[in-house]
Amino acid sequence: MGSRASTLLREEEIEEIKKETGFSHSQITRLYSRFTSLDKGENGTLSREDFQRIPELAINPLGDRIINAFFPEGEDQVNFRGFMRTLAHFRPIEDNEKNKDPIASEPLNSRSNKLLFAFRLYDLDRDDKISRDELLQVLRMMVGVNISDEQLGSIADRTIQEADQNGDNSISFNEFIKVGNVYILYIDIDIDI
Amino acid sequence: MGWFLLPFDNLLCIVLGISFTVGFSSLLVIVVPAVLGVSIGIRRLYMKSLLKVFEWATVRMERGAKEKNQHLYKPYSNGIIAKELSSLEQEIQELRASGTTLSSEPEFEMADIMYFCRRGVESIVDDEVTKRFSAQELESWNLLTRSNFNARHISLRLSVLWGLGLFIRYGFLLPLRVTLAASGIGLLVVLTTIVGFIPSGWLRTYLSEKIHLMSYRICVRSLTAIITYHNSENKPKNGGICVANHTTPIDVIILANDGCYSMVGQIHGGLIGVVQRAMVKSSPHIWFERSEVKDRHLVAERLSNHVADKTKHPILIFPEGTCINNTSVMMFKKGSFEIGCTVYPVAIKYDPRFGDAFWNSSKFGMVNYLLRMMSSWAIVCSVWYLPPMSREEGEDAVQFANRVKAAIATQGGLVDLLWDGGLKRGKVKNTFKEEQQKLYSKVLVGDQEDQGEDRPQEDEEEELEEGDQNEDRPLEDYTPRPLEDCSLRLQEEEEERGSETPMKDQ
Repeated sequence: MGSRASTLLREEEIEEIKKETGFSHSQITRLYSRFTSLDKGENGTLSREDFQRIPELAINPLGDRIINAFFPEGEDQVNFRGFMRTLAHFRPIEDNEKNKDPIASEPLNSRSNKLLFAFRLYDLDRDDKISRDELLQVLRMMVGVNISDEQLGSIADRTIQEADQNGDNSISFNEFIKVGNVYILYIDIDIDI
Repeated sequence: MGWFLLPFDNLLCIVLGISFTVGFSSLLVIVVPAVLGVSIGIRRLYMKSLLKVFEWATVRMERGAKEKNQHLYKPYSNGIIAKELSSLEQEIQELRASGTTLSSEPEFEMADIMYFCRRGVESIVDDEVTKRFSAQELESWNLLTRSNFNARHISLRLSVLWGLGLFIRYGFLLPLRVTLAASGIGLLVVLTTIVGFIPSGWLRTYLSEKIHLMSYRICVRSLTAIITYHNSENKPKNGGICVANHTTPIDVIILANDGCYSMVGQIHGGLIGVVQRAMVKSSPHIWFERSEVKDRHLVAERLSNHVADKTKHPILIFPEGTCINNTSVMMFKKGSFEIGCTVYPVAIKYDPRFGDAFWNSSKFGMVNYLLRMMSSWAIVCSVWYLPPMSREEGEDAVQFANRVKAAIATQGGLVDLLWDGGLKRGKVKNTFKEEQQKLYSKVLVGDQEDQGEDRPQEDEEEELEEGDQNEDRPLEDYTPRPLEDCSLRLQEEEEERGSETPMKDQ
């Protein structure tokens, strides 16, 4: 509901998030309002159940993986900073974006970070490789019961064959970049303020 | 010390005297027109002056914000993202076309996950359903603390105004309204019981109608409800069913103020039960015992019998089954549309500037809700009577329900959603996810699946109502649910849905 939207989020915090994620002031307050409306427990953090309460997300075949991406390793709660940090990956890259600070790290919404986000949807064990099993897992999530094991297996094999370049029968991040780079800007979400 | 108390005593007497006089005269001014059925126009004047005050308040806040060079929080009624609802297949083709490969071959691309990823995050940022279950955000402040998002920008003048508003609302309006409501309900109970002794006939029906209308008029004034009825020529007639969108239990009072209806619902204990039992003595309302609630056939039978009798008033039903926040209309349960009589759709739209009418039953209990209602400025709403509709040849109950829903949504300026209002408390069914998976499989391996079952619309909000509806508990379809007992519903849900655990509210 956002009844305390602007009052609980201090200006300093908004500035920090702005610097870290690149969202504008109004986008941040709007998303904070959204965050508090999802936070049914009103404790300033979201749990996995809070996400699963969104029907459109619950019916998404990759819903669980996407929800997982918001939670840091081994944790069950995500605060607003973490929420914004993950959402920042989906912010479109603007032409005038320059790093004023020469020592600053790469922006969260850089092409490379977007690709890393997509890569991690596949690579569950974080070993920087998408194995045949991991690929099959994601495929199975997306098709449900409608395709047989053999057919799915051959689709997986074909995909690995096309993408794999060093012959280790798995897809590394660099190999993923080669197949995914042209498509990656598709995930950009325009938050219309 | 006596001399000290004496002037105090005097002062107290004077204050009490004045408040009683004011209170009594206000009561008279309000009740007499209610009994006679005329309207003096006080409420509309009140509404206009309130609007002016709100505008002034907003301007001051904007000025205050500009002076401090801060941002004013602005809510958005249209949602954060503009989403186009094209089908899954189209979107995947588009995604693949943004690359360089030929998209005509059914094949898997690693990039396909990006479609699901984006849709998923879009729904996290803004989804169509969850926001319907909490109060709509207002664009300007209406001097009620509950809806102020820009608390930092209140100047001294505004604070004084707010304090004054608080005093007026709680010190004057609330007691007045509570008294009115109590007298309205009291009159209803007493008079209907008396009329119940008169044998059935012309006199009894006539008196009963008059009594019901009068009590509802008093109740309407007790809420300071300013209602505009449109298209009264389409008012529901005997032998039909009136369906409306559901925002609050007050919907019943708003509609019954203008015509006589037969209510449907579960009989409760306590005060409400007393009112229900009294009402049914003088006119045929349909109350069900708790045990009868689950019996689909019994429910359908009683409703059909009622509409078959042309001397009985039209039945009032809210097919959404739960309260929605008046920005959208959610899935209509098909039960009422199977009976086969004329359906009179009614659209009710509340003006949120004067008070939020939506009952968020997971947040507020009934008493708390009524208190909030009675301490708001006013309840302003518009009621549109739509032309009657009947089921057409070759149309099944679900399609008919959706047709009626679309008509109501268009008239009321509400968003027409296919999602089930039951998602307020329960989880979405797995069948929807399976539908998504099926669609995607078709993209991968081509159209090998049976095409007979494919639906022409393949939006995200799939219309898989056949599976849902069969599992619905019968009376949940019909009850206007004047008293939504959260724990009661959860119990019933838990009994039926073994595997899916419903959401637990605090």
